[in-house]
Amino acid sequence: MFSINLVILIPFIVAALLPFTYRRFKKAHLGWFVLIVPFVLFVILARLIPSVASGKTYVHTYEWIPTLDFNFTTYLDGLSMIFALLITGVGSLVILYSIFYLSSKESLQHFYCYLLLFMGAMLGVVFSDNLMVLYVFWELTSVSSFLLIAFWNHRQASRYGAQKAMLITVSGGIAMLVGFIMLHTMTGSFSIREIIASISEFSEHSLFIPAMILILLGAFTKSAQFPFHIWLPDAMEAPTPVSAYLHSATMVKAGIYLVARFTPVFGADEVWFWVVSIVGMITLFWGSFNAVKQTDLKALLAFSTISQLGLIMSLLGLGSIALQFGYSADSVLYTQATFAALFHLINHSTFKGALFMVVGILDHELGTRDVRRLGGLMTLMPFTFTVALIGSLSMAGLPPFNGFLSKEMFFAATVHIMNVDIFDLSSFGIIFPVVAWIASVFTFVYCMIIIFKAFLGKPQPEKLDKPIHEAPFGMLISPMILAALVIGIFLFPNLLGQYILQPAMSSIYPTFGDSADLTPKISAWHGVNPELLMTIGVIIVGAILFKFLKLWKPIYGLFSSRFTFNALYSNFLASAVSKSNLITNRYMNGLLRHYLLYIFVFFIVTVGGYLFYSKAFAFDISTNAGFRVYEVCLVAIMAVAAVSMLFAKSRMTATLLNGVLGYSIAIFFVIFRAPDLALTQLVVESVTTALFLLAFSHLPDWKKEKLSKRTKGINGIISVAVGLLVVLVGLSVVDFNQFDPISSYFENAYELAGGANIVNAILGDFRGFDTMLEVVVLFIAGLGVYSMIKLRAKKEDENIEDQ
Amino acid sequence: MEILMSILIGFLFMAAVYLILSRSLLRIIIGTGLLSHGTHLLLLTMGGLGGKSAPVLADGITDYADPLPQALILTAIVISFGVTAFSLVLAYRAYKVVGTDNMDLMKGNEDND
Repeated sequence: MFSINLVILIPFIVAALLPFTYRRFKKAHLGWFVLIVPFVLFVILARLIPSVASGKTYVHTYEWIPTLDFNFTTYLDGLSMIFALLITGVGSLVILYSIFYLSSKESLQHFYCYLLLFMGAMLGVVFSDNLMVLYVFWELTSVSSFLLIAFWNHRQASRYGAQKAMLITVSGGIAMLVGFIMLHTMTGSFSIREIIASISEFSEHSLFIPAMILILLGAFTKSAQFPFHIWLPDAMEAPTPVSAYLHSATMVKAGIYLVARFTPVFGADEVWFWVVSIVGMITLFWGSFNAVKQTDLKALLAFSTISQLGLIMSLLGLGSIALQFGYSADSVLYTQATFAALFHLINHSTFKGALFMVVGILDHELGTRDVRRLGGLMTLMPFTFTVALIGSLSMAGLPPFNGFLSKEMFFAATVHIMNVDIFDLSSFGIIFPVVAWIASVFTFVYCMIIIFKAFLGKPQPEKLDKPIHEAPFGMLISPMILAALVIGIFLFPNLLGQYILQPAMSSIYPTFGDSADLTPKISAWHGVNPELLMTIGVIIVGAILFKFLKLWKPIYGLFSSRFTFNALYSNFLASAVSKSNLITNRYMNGLLRHYLLYIFVFFIVTVGGYLFYSKAFAFDISTNAGFRVYEVCLVAIMAVAAVSMLFAKSRMTATLLNGVLGYSIAIFFVIFRAPDLALTQLVVESVTTALFLLAFSHLPDWKKEKLSKRTKGINGIISVAVGLLVVLVGLSVVDFNQFDPISSYFENAYELAGGANIVNAILGDFRGFDTMLEVVVLFIAGLGVYSMIKLRAKKEDENIEDQ
Repeated sequence: MEILMSILIGFLFMAAVYLILSRSLLRIIIGTGLLSHGTHLLLLTMGGLGGKSAPVLADGITDYADPLPQALILTAIVISFGVTAFSLVLAYRAYKVVGTDNMDLMKGNEDND
């Protein structure tokens, strides 16, 4: 069987090969080669549609880190199928479009490498069953989105937008990771399927609500829900194919996917219902309200995407209420909200994708996306206009386009929810249809702006840098295919419902028995009912508002730009940078002495604190070796030498004292029966002393340090404290017998290593590799010494630094 | 004897830390040398100072010094020699280039990186 794991891996493999092979594509556009990948994947997945529609699911596990319960498990069911088809399908169209959009002079190998990276990561998100694997892919989509937004990285706005998108989505992703870990703590599993099966036992768990909120944070940041929506308009700095693909059709829907996937886990809870549907509703309204004031068509589409994502999100929230009632005729009615969400998800990808491509065409052919400079393009760009008209009217929710069907279902869902009498819905339920209706009015207005301001009216060629002309045919293929789908879905909605949406419904409501019950017959005409009246109301009020746009537009001036979430984000970022600079500069001041002080103080606090806290300090003199007069003399000599070092007047004295110490230690080694050490110490000490004497003729004099009393005091206290602590540690360690000494192992040196001298056997045999690496260290030090002496002559001759 | 050794090690550490905290690069280097001396003695003392003979296997010898600390110290002596040699030459180079061995002056400032 063809493994789904491979579907995820193929884009990554091709992305990895691209940097090595792109030079071969000198003549043809690199996009033609890349296009094969999503197209083949789309065909492979499409062939599985019938079997998935019949209820089959595909699971394949590749054990990754089984000890940590991380397995690369892929799971193909109805829900992941929808997203996978969108990713590969829209992906193919976008790449086809990009072939004509991006000229061969751009660094295409980067562009397509990032795009494939994104595609693989996104497929990974929707196919992963293991939460940890899902998280990795999730963050990878953020990273690839960052790279794609900053594709034209010479532009400051691109870099700003990329950073903003990255910061917001990744912080949400980390919150989500914490939520995942909480889920694992509760259920003991990272597998989504296992969690769904066992979650009902944990709904009273104290981590249940925190886990839910954290996972929702991840979904909301990714899907640009209020108040995290601010990154999406700035992400529009990306090339238009990227905006069409990542920031309208796929990546921003990852949050929708996550909410849909986790509906069986958390959906039965009241908090889930309120948070998801209210946040969705606010986003729906705020997005559509703000879209109207935009003059840049791409920004308008960005806010429109935010609004539509809110619509889908709120539908998923409304649909989750069905889980509260269990499987019954009533609850099947409420599941229609979820059905509408999935339906609108697909519809949105078709019409919004087409619209983005149209805006891209305008930008590419005319050099502007500003509605104030456009107008009257209808006759001069008839094909582009047709696509724009179809997309806009579908988005506005008019027949005969697919947006009409899902918009009607959305209205129906909000009307149904008023009849529910749990969660205080009998009193608050009315807000849903009202907000939905108001937001739809604004949606209608901005759709009209696209049609009337850009394509109708008088042409303004004097405001354009380029003459108005129709786009090349290649660029029109993709938007026309999408526009054809917009109409095709309107004509045959039930085909989509039966093959694509129904299996997804059974993934979201696994306990609801026969999924055929959950699949309503979609029809364009169902008599005069509240939904239809709402649509008619939207058209009438929307048309009036559009007509008198100039009169009420000053409303937007009431929102001070100082109190927006954008300002909050910018201020936060700016103050985070300046504050951390301030703090860091205070202690990382370049003074070596300060750094050393931190180390010593840390040593005193932790070691001393532990010694005190654990009462480890204890000593017992009974086992000690006895005193001998010459030993005591030696100790006295060394102590005096060490202390007088501090008061040495010349560097010669210091060197001599250092020598005294070194040779005394050698004598100690002799006394304590360490002949090898004594020999080594003697040799090393001689060489060191010679080295000091040699270096001295090139070093400045040993001057008396002029230190303030305070500095001297601090230095004194610290050094006395360190000395004292070492004494205490030394004393306690001597009698420490919690563990057996490990030396006994080495005492078999003769049998194990064939050496009678145990110390030598340890160095040369037991720890032979350590000794070898030690030699390497010496070698490197030697190289350093050599090069520092050698490099001098050349540098001083040329005096590069002063040039 | 262990008590005496511990106190001596304390003296060595104290002097070493005081030297390391000073400004002159030369003092710092000598300080690190002192610190390694102290550490070597500490390791030796930790293993116990008993043992009637050197850790060499031979007939009739059962009571010998702990070989493990000795092996550790041997490695440490060599490494600390490498470090001392390297930092001495570094100090020499630094003095040639910037004309001072004062660490506070060496750090430079924002205008003159």
